[in-house]
Amino acid sequence: MSSTTFPRPQATTRSVTGISTGKLAVWWIVASEIVIFGGLLVFYLLMRFRHGDPWAEAATHTNIYIGAFNTFVLLTSSLFAVLAHQAAESDNGKKAARFLMYTIGGALMFLCVKSYEWSIEIEKGYVLTKNVFWGCYYLITGLHGFHVIAGAIIMGFVAKDAAKGKDLQRVECIGIYWHFVDIVWLFLFPLFYTTAAG
Amino acid sequence: MDQYLEQASTYAGSVDWLFWIITFIVGFWFLVAEFVFFGFLIKYRRKEGEKAGYVTGTKKSEKKWITIPHLLIICCDVVLVAGAIKVWNEVKLDLPEPDQTVRVIARQWAWIFEHPGPDGKLDTEDDIRTTDELTLQKGVTYHFELTSRDVLHSFSIPVFRLKQDIVPGRTIKQWAKPTKTGTFDIQCTEICGIGHGLMGAVLHIQNEDDHIAWMEKHTKTSQANTLLASQ
Amino acid sequence: MDATTTATTSGHTESHGHGHHEESFVSKYLLSTDHKIIGMQYMFTGLIMALIGGYLAYVFRMQLAYPGEEIPGYGILTPGDYNSKVTMHGTIMIFWVAMPVLIAAFGNFLIPLMIGCDDMVFPRINRLSYQIFLISAIILVASFFVPGGAFGGAWTAYPPLSATAEYNLTPLGAPLWLIAVALEFVAFLLGGINFITTVMNSRAKGMSMYDIPLVVWMIVIASILFMLSVGPLVAGAVLLLFDQIGGTNFYNPAAGGDPLVWQHLFWFFGHPEVYVVLLPAMGIVAEVIAVFSRKKFFGYKLALYTTFATGILSFVVWAHHQFVAGIDPRMTNLFTVTTLLISIPIAELLFLYIATLYRGSIEFSVPMLWALGFIATFLIGGVTGIYLGANGTDIFFHDTYFVVAHFHYTFFPIAIIGMYAGLTYWFPKMFGRHMNQTIGKIHFWFTIIPFNLIFLPQFLLGLAGQHRRIYDFSNFPQLSTHELQHLRIVATTSLIVMLIAQVPFIINFFYSIFKGRKAEKNPWKANTLEWTADSPPGHGNWAVLPDVHRGPYEYSHPDRDEDYWPQDEPSK
Repeated sequence: MSSTTFPRPQATTRSVTGISTGKLAVWWIVASEIVIFGGLLVFYLLMRFRHGDPWAEAATHTNIYIGAFNTFVLLTSSLFAVLAHQAAESDNGKKAARFLMYTIGGALMFLCVKSYEWSIEIEKGYVLTKNVFWGCYYLITGLHGFHVIAGAIIMGFVAKDAAKGKDLQRVECIGIYWHFVDIVWLFLFPLFYTTAAG
Repeated sequence: MDQYLEQASTYAGSVDWLFWIITFIVGFWFLVAEFVFFGFLIKYRRKEGEKAGYVTGTKKSEKKWITIPHLLIICCDVVLVAGAIKVWNEVKLDLPEPDQTVRVIARQWAWIFEHPGPDGKLDTEDDIRTTDELTLQKGVTYHFELTSRDVLHSFSIPVFRLKQDIVPGRTIKQWAKPTKTGTFDIQCTEICGIGHGLMGAVLHIQNEDDHIAWMEKHTKTSQANTLLASQ
Repeated sequence: MDATTTATTSGHTESHGHGHHEESFVSKYLLSTDHKIIGMQYMFTGLIMALIGGYLAYVFRMQLAYPGEEIPGYGILTPGDYNSKVTMHGTIMIFWVAMPVLIAAFGNFLIPLMIGCDDMVFPRINRLSYQIFLISAIILVASFFVPGGAFGGAWTAYPPLSATAEYNLTPLGAPLWLIAVALEFVAFLLGGINFITTVMNSRAKGMSMYDIPLVVWMIVIASILFMLSVGPLVAGAVLLLFDQIGGTNFYNPAAGGDPLVWQHLFWFFGHPEVYVVLLPAMGIVAEVIAVFSRKKFFGYKLALYTTFATGILSFVVWAHHQFVAGIDPRMTNLFTVTTLLISIPIAELLFLYIATLYRGSIEFSVPMLWALGFIATFLIGGVTGIYLGANGTDIFFHDTYFVVAHFHYTFFPIAIIGMYAGLTYWFPKMFGRHMNQTIGKIHFWFTIIPFNLIFLPQFLLGLAGQHRRIYDFSNFPQLSTHELQHLRIVATTSLIVMLIAQVPFIINFFYSIFKGRKAEKNPWKANTLEWTADSPPGHGNWAVLPDVHRGPYEYSHPDRDEDYWPQDEPSK
């Protein structure tokens, strides 16, 4: 990430728990992010239960096909992240980097599809400020999208190093983060795209 | 607590009763803890030639000094919880049937009160609408319908021991039955902007005769007040 | 594991000049990744913010004692400005003083030293966390100077007031406040990862879970509490920010939103937050009490278990801040139960501290005075919480000065007394010199006695029904009596005395950094590992990282002549 001459302290190399330090850190990051998205989803659910039918009506205007496609794209990108990890485990940095690039490709496709989706909805008048449902929709999927972007950028740096055979242990770590981003989407998809009957 | 503040409602005494129960229980433990604490400081201050003891706190004989107070405190907590729930239910959950209902409208930065007037019913011709002045009759059970025009406010009458936040978009009901006559403070107890400190109102509690006279005097002027407040 | 790292021996030599590259002031002090420097950066930033927070208190307390009069060193305080001062005082003290000093400063400085390693596991993320923190502080202070002034909707920022510029009249101050707080959260999330991961993974050889000093445990548990509780508030804050500047209506009841959800999201974090700051302070006090009574900490494992219990329970008490807020009244009974329950492990923890004094050999050094002062005053804070946790009495006490007095009797011991206990105790290790002990003792007495005189009257004011966040009580006849005004003047006068008493400390502190009597490695004859490093430790902390052979509190062991037994000393 920064200069390759940064001297790592001995602290980083120790492992009293047997789990690598990087992996421990990623799990703690994921834990704190779960509570962030948890808070957002609690807000969403409280609003949904309070508003009932008008809320369900608003949700019929999201495009379930685009949503499903994007779900497929993200899941596939997670698959590539798993393959990247496998390659890293067998010390094949170049292969791992390649699979990571496919994952990033998936992320880019996800984001492009989402931009297209949003532009259609905005054109139809379903904007951020239209009502609380649409506010939630843009904000929560937007925040998720922000995490996709951030994850893709970090993944790019990890891939760059992995291609040189450097810091291959980070492939698994960014993979864990990526799976988390994926799982968040698996919660968002049913909440925003599928509605109660009718 | 009534040395500091009069009791003017039927449930004010209950709240104060709970205050005293808590004070006795909590005061006891507080004094014990501070007494032991300062006692140890004096008894075990450093003295030339005397070494400290090696006390790990793992032996049963040592732990009991913690676990026994621990269990006693749990018992005290049960008493406190029971008392708290009892008082809370009386004030907030078990609303008695009202003799009259008063509407309280909070806004930045004034209180508007809609009294039912001589017919005892709200939303009729003879309602009395005032700004920053609530007039009640002693011995009458009132419901207050609390609403806000803008932000969160909170309706507080310390001598009643009544307090309830007011949330815009909903109507919340509180009750009180005044037990003595007099003039008292009404406060807004939720910060509501730069004029929060201005949101004082006056509570008049009158006996029956005075109250009838007051209603007679004001019922026809409610029209003028309505104009003022509807901004 | 880590296949590609070359294990460096500690002592990437630097600051003592015998390394092959001399560092500039900028790279050594401003851009350092060394945990000790980063700790100092947090410390000094926190101390400066404390001065600002103290000044704000001076201003609004002068208004309360002498309403409407010109305040020396400020001018006239308008009602809107009063609300801003009160809001920023609370916000600054919690997020920019208590947290950075207790967690980030002491945590950063102490953790690697106390567990025997050379730095945190992610030094560059550590540096980044401070940089984000500094930016958050600058944004917050900048909000004082924008048109409309600083946010004035209380540190709790309840909408619709906080969400709507037409209501709060601080169109720039409100979002800036929110962004500053959000950035501060990010900084502490990053810092927390370092603390937790370092302690989990990088302990010295031989240091089992139960050989970790209590202050390290406490800071780690506090970080875990923070990381698991702040999420909902981050969520709520993003929603609030969009209401403020994005035109959304998440909290606007007129358009389908709900202001009460903010309160739940806020307090779900807000309650664990008080334990986030309490635990490190209690950790500091534990270290000091053990050392200066020459006693093993009474019931170390019990202390850990009660702390875990407190941490877990802290997640289910939050709505005691909302008893009269308009939540379902039946729900409040549930929260009264959990809230009174949580008083049990805390009480037990305090008993363990008092029990540690039993059969001790107590020296009333300056750090010990502060640690003991913490216990004596925190007890008052703790017991007065019962009146608020019991919903039946909270009906009366909510939003009165009784609450203000309660939380100052908890927060002040935590943030200020705890800070001074830690600073005076670890000063020799941090700076290689001693502070003047006589000035230290005078500073202690002239802080703690006025402190009590500021807040004891406020309990009485609360009993009289005086409510919060009011700039002038002349609108409330029952609160405008001479007796009550007298109490307000006592409080303000005591505050001024207390603020003046901090001046000798500041002078003592800075003078001693440069000219204090030189300190050896272990002036207090303590057991924990930081006292085996140089005073102050060099980069990398030790030439050879230590191993651990026993727990941290083997004081006055019967098998030894010496009344202490350092953790790294091999058993015979």
